[in-house]
Amino acid sequence: MKYFKLIWAGLWRKKARTIFTMLSIVVAFLLFGLLQGINQGFNQAVQNLNVDRLYVSARTNMTDGLPYAYAARLKGVPGVRAVSHWTYFGGYYQDSKNVIPAFSTDAEALFKVYRELKVKPSYLEAMTRTRTGALVSEKLAEKYHWKVGDRVPIGTSIWTDKQGSNTWDFDIVGTFDSTAVGAGMPEFYFNHAYFDEAAAFGNGVIHYYIVGIDTPVNAVRISKAIDAMFENSTYETRTQTESALVQTAMKQLGDINFIANAIVGAVLFTLLFLTANTMMQSVRERTSELAVLKTLGFSDGKVLGLVLTEALLLCVFSAALGLVCATLVFPVLKPIFGEFQMPLIVLGMGAGMALLLALVSGLPPAWRARQLNIVDALAGR
Amino acid sequence: MSALVSLRRVTKSYVRGKQKVEVLHGIDLDIQPGEFLALMGPSGSGKTTMLNLIAGLDQPTSGEVMVGESRIDKLSRGALSDWRARNIGFIFQFYNLLPVLTAEANVEVPLLLTDLTRAQRRKRAQTALQLVGLADRGKHKPNELSGGQQQRVAIARAIVADPTLLVCDEPTGDLDRQSAEEIMNMLQALNRTQGKTIVMVTHDPRAAEYATRELHLDKGQLAREEVRHVA
Repeated sequence: MKYFKLIWAGLWRKKARTIFTMLSIVVAFLLFGLLQGINQGFNQAVQNLNVDRLYVSARTNMTDGLPYAYAARLKGVPGVRAVSHWTYFGGYYQDSKNVIPAFSTDAEALFKVYRELKVKPSYLEAMTRTRTGALVSEKLAEKYHWKVGDRVPIGTSIWTDKQGSNTWDFDIVGTFDSTAVGAGMPEFYFNHAYFDEAAAFGNGVIHYYIVGIDTPVNAVRISKAIDAMFENSTYETRTQTESALVQTAMKQLGDINFIANAIVGAVLFTLLFLTANTMMQSVRERTSELAVLKTLGFSDGKVLGLVLTEALLLCVFSAALGLVCATLVFPVLKPIFGEFQMPLIVLGMGAGMALLLALVSGLPPAWRARQLNIVDALAGR
Repeated sequence: MSALVSLRRVTKSYVRGKQKVEVLHGIDLDIQPGEFLALMGPSGSGKTTMLNLIAGLDQPTSGEVMVGESRIDKLSRGALSDWRARNIGFIFQFYNLLPVLTAEANVEVPLLLTDLTRAQRRKRAQTALQLVGLADRGKHKPNELSGGQQQRVAIARAIVADPTLLVCDEPTGDLDRQSAEEIMNMLQALNRTQGKTIVMVTHDPRAAEYATRELHLDKGQLAREEVRHVA
């Protein structure tokens, strides 16, 4: 600690250079924290997904749809306890920027498949009674200040009704608690019967069957049984578990894991050279000062320690600042990624990376300082 | 009285490029405690090399270097660092203060290698600055001080840890005449009033006049000696 003043003063010898290097490290670790945080968050979300649900879609593409008549046949597969379905609506409210994750469904069956969604029985009954009814998540209702009894116009860029309008009116009949399911799930459900009747096209088909099974152990067997049942038919199926489905959807965006690691890797690699160059320059400029310290009795090890600590201070402090910024940015990304928090493992990884960066970039100049020959350095050789 | 510094048959060679150059040839020298020795001679005569050997900054190629009770030519690099911290105060031609530290912090640097507390270090640094007449300049950075003042800070840094021996390499080489006189008076006072043993390399005959003994080196050998009787 008594050497702190000496190390700190050395660090700020060239203020502008130190500030720019620090900013580079802060930005790099902000990026690291965000990308790795999102990546880990996705992985965690996938791991947390339920495995007692299967998703059945058209083998070719989800948007090709499956006949509505498949529902009865799916219910007959041994091990299936409930079957519901989703059709993607692609909704927005008032402005296309206000995306509403809206799906048509059979609500009563849906809440049997999704047992962790909490809804009042009276709301479910109201949904059955009201042809244009909609159940919305509590979060969505809160966001747009909707309450039960409101009629809300939801626009869609995909579906037009038989009158040629692409704005559909729905009556909110209830809300549900979706916190146990997590981010990325539909938050606006309406009756498929109404949708199928009113839509100008695409009638009689649905995008996904959601199949609740008795036990996750049977997932593979039931998946194979379903796909075998519809093999060689006009509408062949592809059955996946919930986690596989989400992973497939995420892969459509690109391999997030690969992208995150590639960007972070490239940034840190560049940063390594930048920091090493800064440290090397700093030591080169201080050759005579380091020689004076050695003259005064600072041992080779102490001089190495001083330079290395300087690199550590620069890297660890800046990296910590970057990671703190990333942690603070996470709540801002909530509308995009849902309820994510900076995973502790990412902070740990960040600390490890900062130490590694300090060691790799600080060791060569520190070693050079250690090996400095006093007589040659003082003579300017 | 036994000598504080003893050099016996000391040689020093350097390899420069493909050539081996012998700078010192079998030097024998004794320096008594309390002496103020001026080493003089033309450039390349080996003055600074000899000073470096006495100060433990370099090792002889052969021969013995004894300072106090220590055979410093036998010490390892690490042990030599510790020894320098305890026994030697350095004053350089170009002051060699750390530009990022204040005068007081510069003076405190050698004390970082001791077990003194922060408050003790600070007090001793302030006392040393007071001794060189710069008590009011402690918070100034070196670039805010004149050459003479910087050299006085360097003297304060050299004496703050109360070393056995002060070694000075051209301490007035970068100063105007008036500043040079001030510095030499200060070194003389340290020698006379505090009994500090001083070994000084200089080209300046006026600076050498402050010493109690002058040694002239030529081509790596002791050529001439002049002893002054102090009034």
